[in-house]
Amino acid sequence: MAITEAQLEEILAKYPSKLQKNRKKHIIINNQECGAQTIEANTRTAPGIITNRGCAYAGCKGVVLGPLKDMVHITHGPIGCAYYTWGTRRNKARTEDLAQNFINYAVSTDMQESDIVFGGEKKLAKVIDEVVENFHPKAITVSATCPVGLIGDDINAVAKAAEERHGIPVLAFSCEGYKGVSQSAGHHIANNGLMDKVIGAGTMEKANGKYPINLLGEYNIGGDGWEVERILTDIGYDIVAVMTGDGSYEDLKNAHVSELNLVQCHRSINYIAEMLEVKYGTPWLKVNFIGVQSTIETLRNMAEYFGDPALKARTEEVIAREVARIEPMMEQYKKVCEGKTAFCFVGGSRGHHYQGLFGELGIDTVLAGYEFAHRDDYEGRQVLPDIKTDADSKNIPELHVNQDPNRFKLKLSPEKMAELKDRIPLSYYAGMYVDMKEGTIMVDDLNHYETEEFIKLLKPDIFASGIKDKYVVQKMGIPAKQIHSYDYSGPYAGFNGAVNFARDVSMGFASPTWNFIVPPWKEEPLLTGKVNAEGVA
Amino acid sequence: MRQVAIYGKGGIGKSTTTQNTVAALAEAGKHIMVVGCDPKADSTRLLLGGLAQKTVLDTLRDEGDDIDLEDILKPGFRGTRCVESGGPEPGVGCAGRGIITSINMLESLGAYTPDLDYVFYDVLGDVVCGGFAMPIREGKAEEIYIVGSGELMALYAANNISKGIQKYAVSGKVRLGGIICNSRKADNEYELVKAFAEELGSQMIHFVPRDNIVQRAEINKKTVIDFDATADQANEYRTLAKAIDGNDMFVIPKPMTQDRLEEVMMKHGFLDAL
Repeated sequence: MAITEAQLEEILAKYPSKLQKNRKKHIIINNQECGAQTIEANTRTAPGIITNRGCAYAGCKGVVLGPLKDMVHITHGPIGCAYYTWGTRRNKARTEDLAQNFINYAVSTDMQESDIVFGGEKKLAKVIDEVVENFHPKAITVSATCPVGLIGDDINAVAKAAEERHGIPVLAFSCEGYKGVSQSAGHHIANNGLMDKVIGAGTMEKANGKYPINLLGEYNIGGDGWEVERILTDIGYDIVAVMTGDGSYEDLKNAHVSELNLVQCHRSINYIAEMLEVKYGTPWLKVNFIGVQSTIETLRNMAEYFGDPALKARTEEVIAREVARIEPMMEQYKKVCEGKTAFCFVGGSRGHHYQGLFGELGIDTVLAGYEFAHRDDYEGRQVLPDIKTDADSKNIPELHVNQDPNRFKLKLSPEKMAELKDRIPLSYYAGMYVDMKEGTIMVDDLNHYETEEFIKLLKPDIFASGIKDKYVVQKMGIPAKQIHSYDYSGPYAGFNGAVNFARDVSMGFASPTWNFIVPPWKEEPLLTGKVNAEGVA
Repeated sequence: MRQVAIYGKGGIGKSTTTQNTVAALAEAGKHIMVVGCDPKADSTRLLLGGLAQKTVLDTLRDEGDDIDLEDILKPGFRGTRCVESGGPEPGVGCAGRGIITSINMLESLGAYTPDLDYVFYDVLGDVVCGGFAMPIREGKAEEIYIVGSGELMALYAANNISKGIQKYAVSGKVRLGGIICNSRKADNEYELVKAFAEELGSQMIHFVPRDNIVQRAEINKKTVIDFDATADQANEYRTLAKAIDGNDMFVIPKPMTQDRLEEVMMKHGFLDAL
């Protein structure tokens, strides 16, 4: 199944020579015998390439801020940016107080030509006033779109004045779409803002429950977070805050009281996990709730961290119960999936996470990659000191935090920490590379052309990616599963999620789609003619 | 219809020169529209007798898209039609985009009638962004005059503007018609500006001497021709108007390097004056 360097050269040969060199650095044929391989990532997409990447605004408002349910998120810009980030991520949310759930709203300043010419600050201020008057939210965010940066609207000043006027936090994010090379820049801008202005703003000094944790980098797509929450609360954890799926301003401001931070999506949040460790002394654990085995391992690692025998016992109890419950269902789907191959190109962590779940179903991932990840997500955190910053990464303001003099508390002794680090991924992520088989391909920022060429060469049975390439791939006769938004399904995380995923993937393989399609020539004659009056020629 | 754009360094006297020249042309029976492309909206004050002109963009903001031509086009001295594009307060929004918007608006409202002999665009300062180059894009002004003087910064700006003209000239029909010297009584000014214009491949189309009657007329919200038709300075503007009307020298300018510009300045300005 593997491809050779020569075949890869052939694909790249279609590119102009400069681009050939560029793309070659983003594509690796896994060969772990020769040791660590380096991949280039988080650099500019070559102009003209049809990339799957999004923009900084999409990363900031669309991914990170959008799921915070008790805040109203205002998009300052022409209507399109707000419209196309309205509900498309499928990040779900529920609240006890129905009036404090704004997840289904899209609020925009709807800038018109005269706002561009005369500046949009007054309109933004007015929209904030209207939002406060109509919705009474706990807090508001303002996200900037491209033209706002071009005409220089001072959204920070508008937000500050609105805060004073209304007495609620109004957070401004300068996440103009053109910043950075992908949506990853927007994640940074959003998370830095939340770290700076929200986390720690609460008055709680101690968590209410036992084993208080934060779940970072989980966006509750299709209800993923709810399935994780079901399992964790069943075991006995107290989830203080989630960043940011089904998350809330109310919870997030007290995130400092947790004893452990779980990092699901390493790409979008690892830097915040590090800051939380510096500021409050809370260690972080890389977790993965995608796939049965990964979920089990994660639960065991968490129990290991807290080290409480009762917690460990309860963890095993829940694992045993869940596995026994889902095993028969998984078995039936495995029969459909066994021996198939997949491409898994998505996000900044899912490209890795879903390989495990595919593997459990007997599906081999032959090509994987990320849209917007950085080198550490491919190669592991040990490469962090070697990553060169460039002009694009310097474009994103860095946030530096210090130890909180009142709230910093060492959660583990340095000895215990060191001992645990040997056994569980505390403050560590090994990346996708080590989990991929010999001969498989790792591609960064896969594009339309390469997608088609790799499909022709490797003929995968399923293509796991997003909406942008889904239909092209389906037209090539290959089932495509959206791993960004899960199409219309989910959750895919945890135990129940694994079953849902197995069902949906099996459905893709077993779909009788083509039987339902009657081609035109079955209904209309290919030739038409007339019979003359006598019925003879 | 000849469409003419006037550029030049800020404060050099573009608006004053434009309006006085337009007044001379109007006196000679020409039909003219003046489009002020400056957010300060002071390009038609002398023609309108100081009447507060509601700008295209202000009207657009207040009335929405439902605008009549009469709302923004005011008749001034001898039937000249005066428009101010307008724009945002300093420090906010995008004045360049404003100019694009208002010129598009004028076109869609049918302001460019066939009976017009001239359309003059009086454009703010140096070319600062794409919006300020709008008047010289395809299908708009094809003739440009740069107002300058014998001061280095004025010539520096004129040279820069020539770079912009060169860019649009290559792809379109815009040409430089000449340099108008609005005298500041700099050393050896006539020779210097003439040499500079010739170095660009163009001409000094007229040397307008300094005369305080211009300021007196301005205080009275009038052009010189309107204020005192018999004044010498009125004749200077008539000469300039005539030169423009009869001009047949339209070139793609050859902007200089900074070093060459300073050389020209030294040679014709300072050294000749010694």
